[in-house]
Amino acid sequence: MADYHDIPGTTVFDAAQSRKGFHLNQFCMSLMKGENREAFKADQRAYVDRFPMTEAQKLSVLNRDWNGMIAQGGNIYFTAKIAATDGLSFQQVAAMMSGVTQSEYAAMMLAGGRSIEGNRSKSEKA
Amino acid sequence: MARIVAGVGTSHVPAVGAALDLGKTAEPYWAPVFAGYEFSKKWIEEIKPDVIILVYNDHASAFSLELIPTFAIGCADEFAPADEGWGPRPVPTVKGAPDLAWHIAQSLVLDEFDMTIVNKMDVDHGLTVPLSLMFGQPEQWPCAVIPLAVNVVQYPPPTGNRCFNLGRAIKKAVESFPEDLKVVVFGTGGMSHQLQGPRAGLINREFDTRFLDNMTKDPKANVALPHIEYLREAGSEGVELVMWLVMRGALSDDVREVYRFYHVPASNTGLGHIILENESA
Repeated sequence: MADYHDIPGTTVFDAAQSRKGFHLNQFCMSLMKGENREAFKADQRAYVDRFPMTEAQKLSVLNRDWNGMIAQGGNIYFTAKIAATDGLSFQQVAAMMSGVTQSEYAAMMLAGGRSIEGNRSKSEKA
Repeated sequence: MARIVAGVGTSHVPAVGAALDLGKTAEPYWAPVFAGYEFSKKWIEEIKPDVIILVYNDHASAFSLELIPTFAIGCADEFAPADEGWGPRPVPTVKGAPDLAWHIAQSLVLDEFDMTIVNKMDVDHGLTVPLSLMFGQPEQWPCAVIPLAVNVVQYPPPTGNRCFNLGRAIKKAVESFPEDLKVVVFGTGGMSHQLQGPRAGLINREFDTRFLDNMTKDPKANVALPHIEYLREAGSEGVELVMWLVMRGALSDDVREVYRFYHVPASNTGLGHIILENESA
């Protein structure tokens, strides 16, 4: 186990994640083009079926399960392109990933952000 | 002879670019951020660099997972703003400095830094937001820009030490260029932030402050930080700060801090900014 696996609530985009998520991230990359964004919005299931993703990856996309996408090898800079296609801000997605409402998340950020205290390591958190 | 006179460290938060592009700079949330760069805009107008070497990372815009260069230098005549999923930012096309860029690329390779040479590349918010913060909204950017992209998306990014030494080699390369050019190096990204997962929103003001302090007081302490320290203390995306060390390496040993600004929050990020001038400048 790498040292960074001890950090709570964090998935480091290492070789294992990158290999697992290659096609998911390539799908996200396709959303850089306006015509592809339109095709995705018109029929999401048909669009994700164009890519050799696993069914679990496809479902995480269709259900907008942001943490699920990361678990399946998605990288946030890639999955952010789905958020952009949906017209969501980064902060809205961050709120969903951390399991709070957008207003709760925004209030936390205005108060200085999530504290590092208690968030350094899984052992510290336990 | 070309010379590097100063370094600028700054976050490159995409929401800052969006706030500027959508005319929200006077809103209470954003006004303090833009006020924090008023000094810097005057400063750079006085310095009038001929070329900016802008160290940044691409965010899955020019480079997907098909090709992941650790260090890439843009040698083209110009670089278009990238469409990151909501259309390109309405900012001027970035004009390159191909003579100097090619000279630096060759010098770096012969100095054993195996650069990827890029002749066609769109540039995303990582490069254009720092330009917007320092220059506002001009019709044309007032100087040429050499994009220097560092991989910080695929783990592991280059070490802080490697980035610092790359900066050293860039300094040597610039100083061996015969044309009389004034160069400023930007190190961008950071500071503490985490954009993903249940720990999203992490900010560590103490870490950020120490990092800013050590840019002048003890650069070696920053250079020695291992990746785990950034990931744990500054968030998974806080590791972008290694790019500031390319900038620090490109400066003299002795620098003076001319200006500093730190603000929380800018979207999800601890926004940090520093201006360093070479003592001899």
